Amino acid sequence: MKHNQPVYTDNDPQSELVTLNLGPTHPATHGVFQNVLQLDGERIVSGVSTIGYIHRAFEKIAEHRPFYQITPLTDRLNYCSSPINNMGWHMTVEKLLNIQVPKRVDYLRVIIMELARISDHIICNTIIAQDTGATTTFLYLFQFREHIYEIYEEICGARLTTNIGRIGGLERDFNDIAFAKINKFLKEFPVALREFESLLNRNRIFIDRTAGVAEVSQENALSFGWTGPLLRATGVDYDVRTSEPYSSYQDFDFEIPVGTSGDIYDRYLVRNEEMWQSVRIIEQALEKLKAEPKGIFHADVPEFYLPGKEQVYNNMEALIYHFKIVMGEIDAPKAEVYHAVEGGNGELGFYLINDGGRTPYRLHFRRPSFINYSMFAKMSEGMLLSDAIINMSSMNIIAGELDA
Amino acid sequence: MAKATNTEIIDLLGEKFGEQLFDVTEPYGLLTFSTTKDKVINVLSFLKENGKINFNFLTDLTAVHYPEKNQIAVVYHLHSMVSGIRVRLKVFLHENDAAIPTASTLWNAANWMERETYDFFGVKFEGHPDLRRILNMDDLGVHPMLKQYPLEDPNRVDKKDEYFGR
Repeated sequence: MKHNQPVYTDNDPQSELVTLNLGPTHPATHGVFQNVLQLDGERIVSGVSTIGYIHRAFEKIAEHRPFYQITPLTDRLNYCSSPINNMGWHMTVEKLLNIQVPKRVDYLRVIIMELARISDHIICNTIIAQDTGATTTFLYLFQFREHIYEIYEEICGARLTTNIGRIGGLERDFNDIAFAKINKFLKEFPVALREFESLLNRNRIFIDRTAGVAEVSQENALSFGWTGPLLRATGVDYDVRTSEPYSSYQDFDFEIPVGTSGDIYDRYLVRNEEMWQSVRIIEQALEKLKAEPKGIFHADVPEFYLPGKEQVYNNMEALIYHFKIVMGEIDAPKAEVYHAVEGGNGELGFYLINDGGRTPYRLHFRRPSFINYSMFAKMSEGMLLSDAIINMSSMNIIAGELDA
Repeated sequence: MAKATNTEIIDLLGEKFGEQLFDVTEPYGLLTFSTTKDKVINVLSFLKENGKINFNFLTDLTAVHYPEKNQIAVVYHLHSMVSGIRVRLKVFLHENDAAIPTASTLWNAANWMERETYDFFGVKFEGHPDLRRILNMDDLGVHPMLKQYPLEDPNRVDKKDEYFGR
């Protein structure tokens, strides 16, 4: 027998399926979730997804906390765009309490939410690029996420787990430095985004790895409950911002980009275009803000709006309201409310049932990651392992939200 | 397509199901109604397939426990992307016999949502292809979102209402 020749036996390992545990902590899974895959060579024959590794009982904890104390639970859901979660939650409570916020607050909120959307899409699109081997683009655009964090830091003092939202408005007003930073971002980011697109959009390797990969039909996407860029990539122009405008989205002029084939390339393009649209919305919001009186950052609802420390120390009324709010004695009606916002990766819905007690009777969170991810194992069947990895990054699954 | 109104939908449903739909309300403008577990699949498929209203999208599926009534309510949020309207459908089950036909025959999205509801509330979805726990560990032994399971020790002194005049 020659030295180099392979030996074939009856139980040829190449004819058997190989079981691969992709995750729970695999660098390519972007989070803590496991896929047990049966591989025939490099091709996936079948897969089973297991989730719940970082489940922290979001809904159970929320049942035991007053409204304000639920805020820090929400920004740990999709931590790539935590302000959207914050705002979504506070808007749900405002809907329950029938609170109208001033226009200026709406515009400020829109600015924060669109910045968060850009930050979310930057992560997702650069990671798709990273998984196809394009590390440069990842590092290049990622710095703008840092710039967004600096804006958050200026607005509320926190970077990742932002807590700027309050029932009835914002915790504080934007200062001049924040506006300067936003303007700087609006000037620099489009340049970088254009460069990012020119590096990837017509890149042969990138297109080969993404176009025609993991195609999903409209019918399948709707049946699996997909929302956000994933659904829009299949050609359905559903966006909560336009279908049921919340905050002040009806005041802005923007488009909802849609794809055609629902493959990874389309998802990437849809997200890129959404970033352009977000920039457009922020510019319009800044323009509209000029017409609004300055210094207003919350509605006049002292019984619900958590007063600042300065007021608490110096004003008896504020102290009383502060105590009542912190002790969870907000006088909320017995009602149930569903409020949805357009998160970075789809429709974020809060279903809140209140029975007039100190805490929500029941709070359920419609988590787009959870619902989007349910298709992953099924759609991976027949796919190459390396394609499944890119598919996963293109789905923008955030483990904190998936497991809630 | 123009937005369908709640009245149109309820008229359409009333024609078809009559008394089998009850508790019709509109909290915050969202049409809400209940049905029985025998009829739920009929109602859901009618909502999904009727050409006029076309509730093609299952937004959300979850449950709520009402221990004082010995009931568990399974709640469906449906969305018609065609006519741009949402509805909420509830089915009240007795907590000792919490079983309901699966909606995963109509929407694939129901698969994981029902597994989650089973995991948290113990609602058995009959005909579900793979009804296993999803977020909690397999040998947990309880369905933790039921109200009889407190989050933490209720005897903790600093948590007693009486100390706060409640």
